[in-house]
Amino acid sequence: MSFWRKLGCVVLVLVLGASVAANWLAPAGYAKQYREATNAPPSRTHWLGTDEIGRDRFARVLYGTRISLLLAPAAALLSTLMAALIGGLAGYLGGVWARVAMAVTDLFMSLPWLFLLITARALMPLNVSPLVSVLVTFLLLGLLGWTAAARVLCTTAGTLRTSDFVRQARAAGLPGLRLFWIHVVPNLKPVLYAQFWISIPVFILSEANLGILGLGVAEPMPSWGSLLKELEGLVSVGEEPWKFVPLILLVVVVTSFQCLLSRQEELAA
Amino acid sequence: MRRLRWKIAGHALALLATVLLGGLFSATFVRLAPGFDVDERELDPHLNAQSVQALHDARRQNRNVFKFYFSYMNRAAHGDLGTSLALGQPVRTLLRDRAPLSLRLLTMGLGLAWLLTLTLALSAAWLRLSVYDTLTTVVSGTFLCLPAAVLALLSVLWNVPGSLAIALIVFPHTYRYARNLLVKAYSRPHIITARAKGLGEARILFWHVMPVVTPQLLAVAGVSVSLAVGAAIPVEALCGLAGIGQLAWQAALARDLPLLVNITILVTLVTLLANSGADVIGHVVRGQES
Repeated sequence: MSFWRKLGCVVLVLVLGASVAANWLAPAGYAKQYREATNAPPSRTHWLGTDEIGRDRFARVLYGTRISLLLAPAAALLSTLMAALIGGLAGYLGGVWARVAMAVTDLFMSLPWLFLLITARALMPLNVSPLVSVLVTFLLLGLLGWTAAARVLCTTAGTLRTSDFVRQARAAGLPGLRLFWIHVVPNLKPVLYAQFWISIPVFILSEANLGILGLGVAEPMPSWGSLLKELEGLVSVGEEPWKFVPLILLVVVVTSFQCLLSRQEELAA
Repeated sequence: MRRLRWKIAGHALALLATVLLGGLFSATFVRLAPGFDVDERELDPHLNAQSVQALHDARRQNRNVFKFYFSYMNRAAHGDLGTSLALGQPVRTLLRDRAPLSLRLLTMGLGLAWLLTLTLALSAAWLRLSVYDTLTTVVSGTFLCLPAAVLALLSVLWNVPGSLAIALIVFPHTYRYARNLLVKAYSRPHIITARAKGLGEARILFWHVMPVVTPQLLAVAGVSVSLAVGAAIPVEALCGLAGIGQLAWQAALARDLPLLVNITILVTLVTLLANSGADVIGHVVRGQES
């Protein structure tokens, strides 16, 4: 494992550990308002200051990190499973199935990702409870993010379909679905792992974009997207530099995932 | 030539299928939109029972799904894309008014992105300095890790044009491919031989490298249009630019589905046209090369 991969792993473990320990590190919670100290600069009591309604920014960053870092992998898992089901099965069955599945995938992929997300998000109710908004946002990412992975998996499964061991298993009389589950899926695992790791930073960035545009996680629940929305009120970059902490954290985490990715891509290859 | 005709026909068929499918999806979403099959004129106390019944009858054809689809597609084919629920204006007028700004923004953004991409990728391929390569990779990697909306916010803070924000969103994606393609092309045996024989860099680039990499670069150019269109939403929304991206954002916030689905179809068509165009030109270039 290279130095950068080790560093990426350490950073991710630290950030994830801090976010999981949010209840101990910031026991007051993300929604508690300190009305006597609104828009306060960093101090001993509020390490990253408070927001415009007096909520502790450090607590919100920790809880927001927890939401983004735990739900983005969940969404990635959902999208990878969907890709495995659609792309893997279409590639394994081949012929018309593969052509139809890939035509649908192409149609999805021809639409810019953010357009697809905001269109699908607008179809769902916007005025929902914070918890539902979190679930809706990440479920949407998981349900719509399978296309690129499905394309890769369809090609890989198509190659496996014509491989000697699959032909031999078919000739031995193994039923189709059992053959797919026992012989094809285990060989798709490296590609599935790679697609899973690739999807996580993509979903983290997508949630951030949706949050800044006001279509992500609803208040008072924090997420990196809703925390970055604060930057909208800035007049200059140097004015309140502590407001950039969520952005720096996001860049560090996404970079760490990118460092880990190359290892997964090697495995997939 | 025959293969090219088949390719163009295939792309035209895909575009037609997209329009038809998109039209059906639009019609479905319009039916699902809040306020469908409701006419506020029915609440007017001045209307008598017969008038209210007449309004009911006028809307009756909408209740039959197939009739509704047919009439929706028929109207769309004649340029009537419906009326925006939130803004109360015809969708066609809204799109026509805002398209020039978006087009200008996208053209400038894509132009800048490709200027930056080709300059950095070519210099990386020419110089072959690991320090320079690392530096450009770090710069493009940093931009890749920034959400598009943050770049849009920073462009507002630093008072830089929105087209530059679009360029900086698109550039890291195109740079990675362009750099790899050019480095690979420059390490081909015939190019190394040409260089050893003392051929000028410009001649090597235009006679030996470009014919090899142009089809792939064109494919990336097609994809970059899709990236730029996606980037236009946060840039226009957060920079206060009254383009189609901002319109899509407003439509999403107001759940104005008739407007949003029409914009989505338009955007899909633009990206499909760009990808098809890139594919056809790439095919022609490959044909000339062989």
